Amino acid sequence: MAVLLIAEHSNAALGGATAKALTAACQIGGDVHVLVAGHNCGPAAAAAAKLKGVSKVLVADAPNLANGLAEDMAALIVPLMAGYDAAIAPATASGKNVMPRIAALLDVMQISDITKVLAADTFERPIYAGNAIQTVQSKEPKKIITVRTATFAAAPDGGAASIENISAPGANGKSSFTGAELTKSDRPELTAARIVISGGRGMGNSENFAKYIEPVADRLGAAMGASRAAVDAGFVPNDWQVGQTGKVVAPELYVAVGISGAIQHLAGMKDSKVIVAINKDAEAPIFQVADYGLVADLFEALPALEAELKKAGH
Amino acid sequence: MKILVAVKRVVDYAVKIRVKADGTGIEFANVKMSMNPFDEIAVEEAVRIKEKGGATEVIVVTVGPPKAKDTLQTALAIGADRAIHIETAEADVIEPLAVAKLLKAVVATEAPELVFLGKQAIDDDCNQTGQMLAALLGWPQGTFASKVVPEAGAVSVTREVDGGLETIKLSLPAIITTDLRLNEPRYPSLPNIMKAKKKPFEVKKPADLGVDMTPRLAVLKTTEPATRKAGVMVADVADLVNKLKTEAGVL
Ligand SMILES: Cc1cc2nc3c(=O)[nH]c(=O)nc-3n(C[C@H](O)[C@H](O)[C@H](O)COP(=O)(O)OP(=O)(O)OC[C@H]3O[C@@H](n4cnc5c(N)ncnc54)[C@H](O)[C@@H]3O)c2cc1C
Ligand SMILES: Nc1ncnc2c1ncn2[C@@H]1O[C@H](COP(=O)(O)O)[C@@H](O)[C@H]1O
Repeated sequence: MAVLLIAEHSNAALGGATAKALTAACQIGGDVHVLVAGHNCGPAAAAAAKLKGVSKVLVADAPNLANGLAEDMAALIVPLMAGYDAAIAPATASGKNVMPRIAALLDVMQISDITKVLAADTFERPIYAGNAIQTVQSKEPKKIITVRTATFAAAPDGGAASIENISAPGANGKSSFTGAELTKSDRPELTAARIVISGGRGMGNSENFAKYIEPVADRLGAAMGASRAAVDAGFVPNDWQVGQTGKVVAPELYVAVGISGAIQHLAGMKDSKVIVAINKDAEAPIFQVADYGLVADLFEALPALEAELKKAGH
Repeated sequence: MKILVAVKRVVDYAVKIRVKADGTGIEFANVKMSMNPFDEIAVEEAVRIKEKGGATEVIVVTVGPPKAKDTLQTALAIGADRAIHIETAEADVIEPLAVAKLLKAVVATEAPELVFLGKQAIDDDCNQTGQMLAALLGWPQGTFASKVVPEAGAVSVTREVDGGLETIKLSLPAIITTDLRLNEPRYPSLPNIMKAKKKPFEVKKPADLGVDMTPRLAVLKTTEPATRKAGVMVADVADLVNKLKTEAGVL
């Protein structure tokens, strides 16, 4: 048994999702190799080699891999699969983009978004926005898997894997990267944060996010998230969306403000350890999943919360 | 240019589904079914491109039981020109890889230059079919699209990624999967719903297209997720902070 883990990285750094998917890879068993495919991705490869449980890091460093185009990634990975029984990647935007392409080229069905490894060929995965959990078994000759990282703890450092350079096929010529507009933030990353505070349509506009949510997030060292309604309305960027079709988070504390608690939103946060809901409507469904509910106008509650946190030394 | 759009009939997004007590699946009796929301966005986008003169014909296709005909009718009412129903039995399990193979066969006969799919079906939450179809055809893919700009022989796609937005350029033919913010689908008007009933509608079987539909994954059981234990209401912010500190221990 040998597993190829496709690293999530920004070339300059390894993404936290990789260490979480590694935990799932190790549960599947066998030798785990990590593929770092990118350009000038030495730092990401070095970080991968330090993860405990990794026996080898393969590095494919080429200009056309800089932005992880699915066509070029698949052309690189499919031939490598001759030497592996499974390929696994975190279910991030890039993992979701690339892995099904590999699966189809190998003529196997992918198992998406696993939340538990029951055996090397048997997994749990949520369906219907997490309202049902399927146990699926794959008898495919190669397993292609994406991992819901919110449910796996990050593998620690402590490894010393060898690093091997491999060559990559050239650019595919049909797709090219033309630009990115990435959200800049000094805050913890949404999917890695210990505390997340999210705002919904009730926030009213983007200025209110800055005026009411940010000070509380600052006190808590929290990442900021949002409901789809808040993103659609243009209050905050798309990558803040938590939910069935956004990001799935499971922090120690999730604070939902002015969010009603639609099924699709709950799908992205209901595995948080502690949930707090602040909403002026006592009937809002968010209260059904909240450990602590506060019925209040958020424009009064958030400044009060900020003051209270300050008083408590945060 | 022809555009093909793949649409799936799923449990309506507003329905809170129930898991069968015996672990064999989801309760479908008397449950409202609708077009997968991402596929509505896909149809809308294709129709808008045609309305702007960027396409000659929009063809919609579904793989599903006889009742999936309704989903195709909705797509025709939004403005698609013609429909292909690849009919399966009510109890059949249909996996993304099999759908991708069927769509590949449709592409072979229809020769579209763009194929739109949703990024994810909200029932199986797989997020696979578009990428698989792109792979099988050897076409480039633009997944999770929030903006699509057709250009000469190419298409520019803005994608929703984890850090924000990214733009790629694909030569045609190409596959695009839609994200939520690509557009807001129109509600079909009554006259258009009536007109849709007269539009060309073709029914085929998977076997006509030479695709083996045997599932590759075995679903051993389907269960309810763990439920959270009921919480408490707090009196005010001070009470909240106190409980988070002393009771929950998260501050
Ligand atoms: C295919 C599909 C995918 C989707 N994916 C997602 C997803 O990934 N994530 C997601 O979040 N949604 C998703 N949705 C949307 C989801 O169904 C809901 O529409 C959305 O979550 C609602 O956002 P909201 O709670 O902010 O808005 P609303 O439902 O409008 O709720 C606003 C809440 O704010 C409260 N409020 C208003 N003013 C105040 C105030 N002054 N003080 C306190 N409270 C106040 C109101 O009482 C209300 O409860 C999806 C929908 C579809 C169809
Ligand atoms: N049975 C089907 N018939 C037609 N299109 C489908 C079917 N299943 C999936 N699709 C398309 O593939 C997209 C992604 O589905 P999935 O990979 O199952 O999450 C959907 O939004 C549809 O556009």
